[in-house]
Amino acid sequence: MLKTTASKSTKAKTPKTPTPAGPKPSAQRTKSKLNELQRDLERKTIIMQGNEAVAYGALDAGVNFFAGYPITPSTEVAEILSAELPKRGGTFIQMEDEIASICAIIGASLTGAKSLTATSGPGFSLMQEGIGFAKITETPCVVVDVQRMGPSTGMPTSPAQGDIMQAKWGSHGDSPAIVLYPDSVKESYELTIRAVNLAEKYRTCVILLLDEVLGHMRESVRLPDMATVRVINRIKPTVPPHWYKHYDENQKYLSPLASFGDGYRFHVSGLTHDVHGFPTSKSGEAAEMMERLRKKISYNIRDLVQIESYEMDDAKIAIFAAGITARAAKEAIVMARYEGIKVGLLRPLTIWPFPDDAVRKMLRAVDTVIVPELNQGQLIHEIRRLTKDKSDSDVLTIQRVNGQLITPNDILHKIKEVI
Amino acid sequence: MTQRYEIRLSGSGGQGLILAGIILARAAVLDDHKVTQTQSYGPESRGGYSRADVIISDREIYFPEATNFNCLLALTQEACDKYLFDLRDTGTLIIDTTYVKNLALAADNTYELPFTEIAQNDLGSAITTNVLSLAFLVKVTDIVSDKSLEASIARSVKPAFIDLNLKAMRLGFKLAESYRN
Repeated sequence: MLKTTASKSTKAKTPKTPTPAGPKPSAQRTKSKLNELQRDLERKTIIMQGNEAVAYGALDAGVNFFAGYPITPSTEVAEILSAELPKRGGTFIQMEDEIASICAIIGASLTGAKSLTATSGPGFSLMQEGIGFAKITETPCVVVDVQRMGPSTGMPTSPAQGDIMQAKWGSHGDSPAIVLYPDSVKESYELTIRAVNLAEKYRTCVILLLDEVLGHMRESVRLPDMATVRVINRIKPTVPPHWYKHYDENQKYLSPLASFGDGYRFHVSGLTHDVHGFPTSKSGEAAEMMERLRKKISYNIRDLVQIESYEMDDAKIAIFAAGITARAAKEAIVMARYEGIKVGLLRPLTIWPFPDDAVRKMLRAVDTVIVPELNQGQLIHEIRRLTKDKSDSDVLTIQRVNGQLITPNDILHKIKEVI
Repeated sequence: MTQRYEIRLSGSGGQGLILAGIILARAAVLDDHKVTQTQSYGPESRGGYSRADVIISDREIYFPEATNFNCLLALTQEACDKYLFDLRDTGTLIIDTTYVKNLALAADNTYELPFTEIAQNDLGSAITTNVLSLAFLVKVTDIVSDKSLEASIARSVKPAFIDLNLKAMRLGFKLAESYRN
């Protein structure tokens, strides 16, 4: 029984039979042959999910050890790696919980593996102590946190950006953090590789924050050619074993790292330690250790910070947003610019260390800053700190914590309020 | 197509709407369009609400969720009631009359078919409702090519179910043909 309530407007018809892929004119054939060759060299455009991009990014960065406790909305990372790692000689372990997971990836890293785990808010909270242990023992590893609504178990399938501050301050004892924050599937792939690279280079636990929507979202994406993917491996000691210091340093505060089994003797402890890793309570040695942890981040800030500026050249209003919220902002900017409103976007790809200098410089030129975020106000404090020259009424915020995204219209509304 | 085209596939968990979204998104990639596919669903694996958004465009897609749909497929009354008012005036509405009994507002292009009933009677299984209705949607909106949809189905479903789903696709096309002048 077929019926329709309204008449249908005329629409372009598709051919009944698809055009057969017959021979083409010769000029076109050469071109398509070229395209074909090019396609063979590059990777094809495919449809890929954010979590999938993280998993394949990890593999392409050389990750060969994953231990985790699968949790929505990060499950696909574990699912894919459980299938792919064994095929490539790597190891996948499903652990009993997140505390065990973080400990396992730290242990694996000390044997020379590139290790990674993926979790979400509730698991991320449990991992905090281990993250601190990775930082004080300067053990490279990567934690992927696909953020969901909280607190506690919250709403497993709804987005929120509530872990921005936790990613920096979650672990006790005041240590600097490296946290990356992508806004697209392609960038999830790229920043996963970067996270693994930075972990290896700076000997620390690097955190990759994703939004639930991005983890689950599929997008057409052309991944960069493997030949152009840069992979960094940790520096190995070249000195004879009896000269080796586990926490030695060069001018850039980066030190070589031996693996268990290489013949180098070292001690790994969460207690404040000397350069060989043995516990110390001498204030001089304690200060030296803490300084090294701080300086290896602050002396390399230009290598760590990445920021995208979009339509900022003549902007009078700037939006500062990260992750999925930045995509709503871009759409809002397209709409606002169509109406002649001069507005632009600043988006941190590295959220910690915070891109202080770049943000301060770029926000000096605008009259108003809008900070939309899916929480009750986290990034806004950083922006207020950097815009002391502006009054509070010129630094505005849009906050949402109901499991829904901030839409382009919400942002456009705010833009129109200030002009 | 150069403009942003927003499609929302909505219903309840277990009807295969997210798979339908993936199939449509993959078909759009095969047609060389830019595409994003997002979803929202409750924590349960069956029942509860479920929706998949597909946005197809030839320019960069920034915001990945549908807010003002060009096309809405509603397989349950609840989904229809919830999303109908976000369909744009010129948009296409496709509803499954097996479950959608009341229509608060008739869009210009409204198609009413008992998809679940047809899937059950003609294909022997209600689980093909997603592909049946998706094929219908593709044919009436011309949003992706038939060939790409077929290739996408073959890549997206388990090998054992390819034939059944292609049968559902052809039936969906046939149902849509009857609306063509």
